[in-house]
Amino acid sequence: MKVIFRMFTAVISVIVLLALAACGGGDSNASGSSEDSGKVSAKIGVVTFGSGSGAAYGEAITNGLKLAQSEINGQGDVNIDLAIEDSAGEPDQALSAAQKLMNSENVTGIIGPTLSTEFEVVAPVADQNGVPILGTSTTAQGIPQIGEYVFRDSIPESLAIPASVEKAVEEYDAKKVAIMYGNDDVFTKAGYDSMKEAAEDLDLDIVTTQTFQKGQSDYKAQLTKIKQLKPDIILCSALYNEGAVIMKQARSQGIDVPFVGGNGFNSPEVIDIAGDAGNGLIVATPWFTGKDDEKVQDFVKAYKDEYGDEPDQFAAQAYDGLYIIADALKNAGDDDRDKLRDALAETKDINGVLGNISFDEDGDVVMDPVVLTIKDGKFQEMK
Amino acid sequence: MLWEQLINGITTGSIYAIVALGYTLVFGVLGIINMAHGEIFMFGAFMGVVTTSTLGLPIWLAFVIATVVTAIMGYLLERLALRPLRGKPESSHLAPLIATIGVSTFLENLADKLFGSGNHPVQNSLSEIRFSVGTVNIYLVQIVIFCISVALMIALSYWLLKTKGGKALRATAENLETASLLGVNTKRIIMITVVLASAIGGIAGILVGMAFSSVNPQMGLSIGLKGLAIIILGGMGNVKGAMAGGMILGLSETLIVALGLSGYRDAIAFIIIIVILLVRPQGIFGRKEAA
Repeated sequence: MKVIFRMFTAVISVIVLLALAACGGGDSNASGSSEDSGKVSAKIGVVTFGSGSGAAYGEAITNGLKLAQSEINGQGDVNIDLAIEDSAGEPDQALSAAQKLMNSENVTGIIGPTLSTEFEVVAPVADQNGVPILGTSTTAQGIPQIGEYVFRDSIPESLAIPASVEKAVEEYDAKKVAIMYGNDDVFTKAGYDSMKEAAEDLDLDIVTTQTFQKGQSDYKAQLTKIKQLKPDIILCSALYNEGAVIMKQARSQGIDVPFVGGNGFNSPEVIDIAGDAGNGLIVATPWFTGKDDEKVQDFVKAYKDEYGDEPDQFAAQAYDGLYIIADALKNAGDDDRDKLRDALAETKDINGVLGNISFDEDGDVVMDPVVLTIKDGKFQEMK
Repeated sequence: MLWEQLINGITTGSIYAIVALGYTLVFGVLGIINMAHGEIFMFGAFMGVVTTSTLGLPIWLAFVIATVVTAIMGYLLERLALRPLRGKPESSHLAPLIATIGVSTFLENLADKLFGSGNHPVQNSLSEIRFSVGTVNIYLVQIVIFCISVALMIALSYWLLKTKGGKALRATAENLETASLLGVNTKRIIMITVVLASAIGGIAGILVGMAFSSVNPQMGLSIGLKGLAIIILGGMGNVKGAMAGGMILGLSETLIVALGLSGYRDAIAFIIIIVILLVRPQGIFGRKEAA
């Protein structure tokens, strides 16, 4: 009896697995590619983090792409088919998905994969095969430099931080800055490098550099040191968890100067943890849903109507990414890979929801991020 | 400014000292390192968060709740993790250590489930009150922490030296079998020790929450390792050593930062230990084992 039951469950689970595997395949949603004259049709492959720990990223990216796709196809100049593959956030899976798209699906270009670690594996292969590849969520150093066919529209920390430092210096007429950073984390260390460089470029006087470690709860000694040197602003490369506590302790010690943070500091959690002490934090971000801009508000509304929640950074960067591809396809005139690559390299002044986007000679994004500050307990655009 | 840094150092040192007291008590009586002590401390800190921020109750009540909850945790730790392993000739002397590591992992994840990960603020009106002496700011919280740590040390020393219970505890620490032959209820004494150590850890937790207004489920490990370092520094199982060691560590960490070497903050504890152990292998206040 027991044996029969076991056999039965085994058979059932195999069937379920097969069914799941079938669902997990690519879902290309063809939308009647009619070959009008002067209309470019192309198939674009997408590799995204669709299942596993970061499935939320994949969902946001796919949503942003599909919204852009329906708008673009509705406009009638370009007709884009999306072939979407799941990478589960694994570099090897991302590579096999990309190979499938390039070889058997014969796509004109690829969007994704989601993570920088995946992208660094896939992009060289795409570059070798002469397939243009666009990262919409990859902010690591050196991504666009992988090859001729590699682009991205996701702004790296090294570009976002100088924008926020510059704005803060301008706003508060700062001459002296103190820097604090977490020295046991790759991300916060990279942020520190960008901050130091930005401060040096602006000829600021760096009065002290203090370090801390993850999970520390006592920053009083560092802050006392900073307080005595009276900086005009504090540049703080921290994740929100440590950063919020640093701000709380700074404010209670009577340090009331603004803080400039990196992308890790950009989280509503700061307001939850630090309360009023979070006021005066300045961060640069590629995407802000509250931006006072008609295009942005239309996108937020359309996205909300379609998917029920507000678009995040990943959705917005994917949405603009497809528009960049569509624009390049239109200029290329047909779905040839090399022509698409050349047209992408020429990308200039695309007016997207992120702002005005161009590519530099490496294929890296050039744009002005939005600078936000926490005022009266919420993130607001710094004008 | 040096004065402010000194005050910061004394605050940090007082907290370290209280944490180390709990360690040293358990080590003195049972001869084991209680790796769950840091997590019990963390629970004490969370009781402070829950009482003040979530329920909006006054801070003194948080002390009461934290003491009671951590005392109960100490009781459970002794009953479920330590007692079953005691006096079994076939069990390794490492068994209690591994058991407490297990408990610590369990508690950390329990806190994560119960309270959520990340930092939680502690709201209290006390943390904003400060006095200025010239240019130096002293916070009421810092004074409270220092007073509580000194009071704890005095009370504990008095209890150990002058009362019957304390004598029984010292007798148990000296030799468990002999003490029990002479009529000391060693089971009860051990129970009291673990409960007391845990309650002291809970008080330290609340103080940290008040002083630094951040509490998270992972905070037990780092403070636990510091507590360990301190008892090695001060002498295993020694109350005075725990206090002095805590102060030395807190002050040296703060002064290292004041000198502008904040990157070396965590290294200093271990550098001091290496130096001390080279000079005095038994710790500052430790006694030489009779060879």
